[in-house]
Amino acid sequence: MKNSLITLCLAVVFNSQAQQQLTGKVVFRATSETEALAGASIYWLNTSLGSTTDDNGDFSIPIATDQSRLVISYIGFKTDTLTISDPSKKLIHFMREDDSNSLDEITLAQRKKAVQKSYIETQNILTVNSAELLKAACCNLSESFETNPAIDVNFSDALTGTKQIKMLGLTSPYLLITEENIPMVRGASQAYGLTFTPGPWIESIQITKGAGSVVNGFESIAGQINTELQKPFTATPRFINLFRSANGRMEFNGHLNSALNDKWHAGLYLHGNQRNQKMDQNKDGFLDAPLAQQFNILNRWQYTDAEKGWVGFVNLRFMNDEKQVGQVAFDPQKNNSTIWGSEIKTRRWDTAFKMGYVIPEIPYTSFGFQGAYSQHDQEAYFGNRRYDILQDSGFVNLLYNSIIGNTNNTFKSGINFSYDRYQERVDAKNWDRIDRTVAAFFEYSYDNKENFSWVGGLRIDQHNNLGTFLTPRMHLRYLPDPKTILRASVGAGRKAANIFAENQTLFGTNRTINIQNTGGSIYGLDPEKAWNYGLSLRKILLSGDQNADITIDYYITQFDNQVVVDWERPTEISFYNLDGKSRANSLQISFDYAPSNTWSYRFAYKNYDVKTAYRSGFLQRPLQAQHRYFANVGWESITTDKGKQWRWDFTYHGVGKQRVVAQNDNMPSKMVAAYTLLNSQLTRAFSADFEIYAGLENIGNYTQANPIIEADNPFANTFDTAQVYAPVFGRMIYTGLRWNL
Amino acid sequence: MKNLFLYVFFCLSLGLQAQTGNSKKEKAQFEVVGNCEMCKKRIEKAALDVKGVKMANWDIPSNQLMLIYNAQKLDILEVHNAIAQAGHDTKKATANDEVYANLPLCCLYERKQ
Repeated sequence: MKNSLITLCLAVVFNSQAQQQLTGKVVFRATSETEALAGASIYWLNTSLGSTTDDNGDFSIPIATDQSRLVISYIGFKTDTLTISDPSKKLIHFMREDDSNSLDEITLAQRKKAVQKSYIETQNILTVNSAELLKAACCNLSESFETNPAIDVNFSDALTGTKQIKMLGLTSPYLLITEENIPMVRGASQAYGLTFTPGPWIESIQITKGAGSVVNGFESIAGQINTELQKPFTATPRFINLFRSANGRMEFNGHLNSALNDKWHAGLYLHGNQRNQKMDQNKDGFLDAPLAQQFNILNRWQYTDAEKGWVGFVNLRFMNDEKQVGQVAFDPQKNNSTIWGSEIKTRRWDTAFKMGYVIPEIPYTSFGFQGAYSQHDQEAYFGNRRYDILQDSGFVNLLYNSIIGNTNNTFKSGINFSYDRYQERVDAKNWDRIDRTVAAFFEYSYDNKENFSWVGGLRIDQHNNLGTFLTPRMHLRYLPDPKTILRASVGAGRKAANIFAENQTLFGTNRTINIQNTGGSIYGLDPEKAWNYGLSLRKILLSGDQNADITIDYYITQFDNQVVVDWERPTEISFYNLDGKSRANSLQISFDYAPSNTWSYRFAYKNYDVKTAYRSGFLQRPLQAQHRYFANVGWESITTDKGKQWRWDFTYHGVGKQRVVAQNDNMPSKMVAAYTLLNSQLTRAFSADFEIYAGLENIGNYTQANPIIEADNPFANTFDTAQVYAPVFGRMIYTGLRWNL
Repeated sequence: MKNLFLYVFFCLSLGLQAQTGNSKKEKAQFEVVGNCEMCKKRIEKAALDVKGVKMANWDIPSNQLMLIYNAQKLDILEVHNAIAQAGHDTKKATANDEVYANLPLCCLYERKQ
């Protein structure tokens, strides 16, 4: 010992070499990555000259003059003795786990994040996968966004309990909602369409903020929401889900998936829901939630031939949905003209066919074909009002994808036909319309595989009602450093406003309908047209064992033309072409933090400046809070070997002041107070295949005082059920189970 | 309508040209040592930066790089060298020690001695 110390001193004095340090890194191999081994001890054999590795696995140790053998050891790993021949070279050493006397098994499983913000994509895409979807209380696509700040969930009216979604301050008609990239919730299905996709059918949801891609159409103005359904090839063979809530809602889901042979897989998905309990908590004489029943069946066929490069899907789907709303005393069997009641019956058929071919020799070249047909048939009456809509839709998309030069330059091109026939009846008047489009599109993507990519798309549409027009879209992504992602987008979008279908809540009022016919092609109105500009900055603060990032999104939507929906005057609803400005500016700042595998936090603040030139002035859109706050805390225990786990999450929504329109001459337009919504859910997994969950919605029990205006007098012209800014229903408990058989 | 079909024709011909063209496409597959997503990006970028490489896809678990390239424009050894210069060893080219030591932590692969 003494000797070696002396040697060391001598070495320091006489040998300039001794000043030098041997530097290196000690690492070990985790599944697909190399990880640093912190705290490993490093010493020269038979000396006291030693060191330990830091958090990054780095070490430096003075070079010993009389010893070239270096020992590296760490508990649980095999001790290694290395001969260092060239100490000036940086040493990188791999440690092997010692299997002979292994301690308790250390499982290094990286938790797959429930929400993934895009890193590689040029567009600002948020992927919500099934783990996150399980956090939602219930039960269908419209309710799948409550734990996600990108989308705001609002209450559409005081009758049906339907939830309405908004993105960037704009309602769902301004979003392109697709199911496996085929437009789905549009036209007739705008009001309730999101409730027609049961939650357990959903595999994942992709939310694109801003202009989106030209491949899927010209209709996306604020963004796109794409839903991927369960695939028979990958889904669990048998699955059952039951749900029951204290307000009388019952849901059943049953899935069956099987392989017919090595190429064909088939799936059968059944869904039923029912509420047959009359509830009137707020004692206004109206049902707080509808009496309802839905039956929904989907049959999918999936074909995969990886060798020859063919993939395909066939979907067949049928849905029947019936709702009864209105006064508690209402009985549809009795023709009673003094009691206000309503029935909404919807029947929907969907068929879709998809086929893709990847040339096996050159896998960057592929062809795709998508074809879909659907019929949406809704019949409804609301008190003395009647609204029927029948929509037949056809959609065909032919795609060709390939490269220019090399795979850094790719393109998608193709042609697209779509056809919609609307037959509407509003009270005694019929409105029939046919929309036809033929389009061609081309989208080029460049990616330097390092820090810059851009996507530019152009589409030309020839539309019988919208005319011939171009839709340009552009997205940029740039990484100044690997932890900073900057994105920008710009694009145009257009849409034929289906004024009745998109504003079906108007039928729950006795307002007179006023359409300012200016000779336009759609209800006498002009098509809507808008530009969307977006900027997004994401900064990754921590990655690895701990994750943290901050995202700032700013989006501007400017309407060149809009069909203004004007509720400002009591007893009247007006539709007219925009005369002046209309804009929706939105800012979102969000902070995500996952300090460990068990805890995760998500915070967001959103600011909406959504103003339109109404006849009565340039006003913030009614029922649009300017400030919204969001927080979500999630916790999950470490899964045991047998798959046992606890999961808990808690969501807070702070909704700022909102403007409500004038209700009558005595009640002018005013601001209503801000409020808070709290939800929580607890899940117990008893095994990997069986779990039970229970939760509370609206824990604070906040409800709107009088959601229905003139509830006592439902045939008066001021009767209105559409002015809903807060929950109608108070605190609600629910429970359910999921079982993979 | 006429314009539309012209456009479609243009797209298809562009595609077909990209497919047939005058180039002689060949496939190659070889091992490149690496670990993770970051390696994948680096390896594919290095390969694609070599003129004549049309497609490069590196598979993490198998460490196999699949290439489609124009055999008239390049010798496959150029791709090996380019990848080694980026820090990853192949059977035909070895990365410089210094370049290797500067790879990010997750990319440090175990080198064959």
